[in-house]
Amino acid sequence: MSEFIQQLINGLSLGSIYALIALGYTMIYGVLRFINFAHGDVYMVGAFSGYYLGGWLINSMGMQSSVLLLVVVMVGAMIICALTGLVIERLAYRPLRNSPRLTVLITAIGVSLFLEYSGQVFFGADPKPFPSLIPDRTITYGGLTFTNKELIVLCVTVFLLIGLTFIVRKTKMGMAMRALSFNSTACSLVGINNNVIISFTFGLGSALAAAAGILSSLNYPVITPLMGLLPGIKAFVAAVLGGIGNIPGAALGGLILGVAETMIVGYGDKIHVPPSYRDAVAFVLLIGILLFKPSGILGKGTVEKV
Amino acid sequence: MRDWSKFALLGAILVSLLVSQFIHLDPYFSIVVVNIGINIILAVSLNLVNGYTGQFSLGHAGFMAIGAYTSAAITSFGGPRWFDWLGGINAFTTSTLFVVALIVGGLAAALAGLVIGVPSLRLKGDYLAIATLGFGEIIRVIIQNTDAMGGSRGFSVSGIYTTIFWTYSVAAITIYVVVNLVHSAYGRGFLTVRDDEIAAEAIGVNTTKYKVVAFVLASFFAGIAGGLYAHFIGYLTPEGFGFMKSIEIIVMVILGGMGNTVGVIFAAILLTILPEVLRPVQQYRMVIYSLMLIILMLTRPQGLFGGLTWRRSTSWLRRKKIPLEDGSAA
Repeated sequence: MSEFIQQLINGLSLGSIYALIALGYTMIYGVLRFINFAHGDVYMVGAFSGYYLGGWLINSMGMQSSVLLLVVVMVGAMIICALTGLVIERLAYRPLRNSPRLTVLITAIGVSLFLEYSGQVFFGADPKPFPSLIPDRTITYGGLTFTNKELIVLCVTVFLLIGLTFIVRKTKMGMAMRALSFNSTACSLVGINNNVIISFTFGLGSALAAAAGILSSLNYPVITPLMGLLPGIKAFVAAVLGGIGNIPGAALGGLILGVAETMIVGYGDKIHVPPSYRDAVAFVLLIGILLFKPSGILGKGTVEKV
Repeated sequence: MRDWSKFALLGAILVSLLVSQFIHLDPYFSIVVVNIGINIILAVSLNLVNGYTGQFSLGHAGFMAIGAYTSAAITSFGGPRWFDWLGGINAFTTSTLFVVALIVGGLAAALAGLVIGVPSLRLKGDYLAIATLGFGEIIRVIIQNTDAMGGSRGFSVSGIYTTIFWTYSVAAITIYVVVNLVHSAYGRGFLTVRDDEIAAEAIGVNTTKYKVVAFVLASFFAGIAGGLYAHFIGYLTPEGFGFMKSIEIIVMVILGGMGNTVGVIFAAILLTILPEVLRPVQQYRMVIYSLMLIILMLTRPQGLFGGLTWRRSTSWLRRKKIPLEDGSAA
């Protein structure tokens, strides 16, 4: 039993990373109705900004690994990524606002490849060790052992989720976002500047991806320019699983995916599934949900209009 | 169209036979030529799904992998028995073995295409793209975990059978089948699915069936291309058939212009030669590719060769101006 709870905590910790990335997918889908393929690479950019910012603060500014350092690095990376998101939206997606969806999808793939491979040119293709932003500590409680980093990942995710819910539910900006995802034409008729809201959403989603990049690098401290590819795709699966366009759904989908993956690694042998199949779990879940409930767990079905 | 297309097909096969028998290219050049042929098969077959039927598939490399591994398994495990049975290794036994292996590889890929296509082609646009991407990755993970085929260590193919003749004969057949299919009365259905799915359904076109047919056929040719690739490169790794390979093929289709076979052939040639030319700046190759993709979508979404058709590209033969498809003069 204690082993199961241990696995569950590992799964939730992994799932929160997916959830944070999935939130960006789902918000951008909500306002623009397209999949931002480059979102997983924004997560990579977040991890690399953390790598350089953390290295600079530790080596040049003499900061010790502490909670303060983590907060500073995380906020810095979130700002850098928010700006990256804004630039991507402005240069690549805004000119295509009225183009066919396929054109936008291909552009998004192009942006994703561009970030990955210019990352390889600028950062180098070799894996880099992520600086230790916070001292390692192991917590033992009632037969369970987990690291403080896993707990930090969970706590920060919950904190960010509450913050996001506040922005979306209680602020004017959030109200405009919801209006835009409901009906963009009517939205501009009542005097909302759609472009401003879309830019804001991109910034917000990219900042969450940056937070995910830092948090996951705390637990798995090796970063490469291609690290965003697989988590990006899996987070998209999480967003679809919860119902794309639905914010609580994305968080739920991420957690389900993280737990499912960890359980396959932990208990897969008992049902003759080797742990190396963990990357296939996401796609099996995706295909299952698309076949039985394409609108996702929390999503509402839509009727196609002619 | 159909009057001369059979002759064109036979001519192309004959020319490739003559070239591979009588002209001795230096090894580096013939590697590039065979790669061009394999890429033409992949791009033209994917164009049937992505271009003519308008379904965005991101898993073409997965079907190529199935064809490659199946045919490699047949020649490697079945080859010795086949040679014993037919009396030794000679031109006849190797060719028959190779053809059987290619066709079985293609059929295996087509079967996978059917199994994958029936559920996933209910999805539209972005969802289909992700689902096919997912299937492509699942195929790769399964190969990685199959010890009989070497797993992630890779698999050595026992014979190098692929020649310019085989590659270009298959390429010619692929082009022949795709072009004639799309221009047949039956094949117009593919275009209706792309242009307006709801209207197509309203006039009684079985859109799901058309999508599945396009998908299965494209998978078949991808499988054969995989078989050619396996018996040319001689060593297979699951990583070689990942997401990036699918993207490479898609870039060819997009650059050539979706639903434009001539353009796609040109793009396949261009994008196979380009990496060779760009070898001095190899680390920038993918950066250039991705920028090309973005700029192309922003400025010329119909592709580099959009508007170029069989009729227009051969119009100098007839000395007559052919108007563009949208009615404007060339």
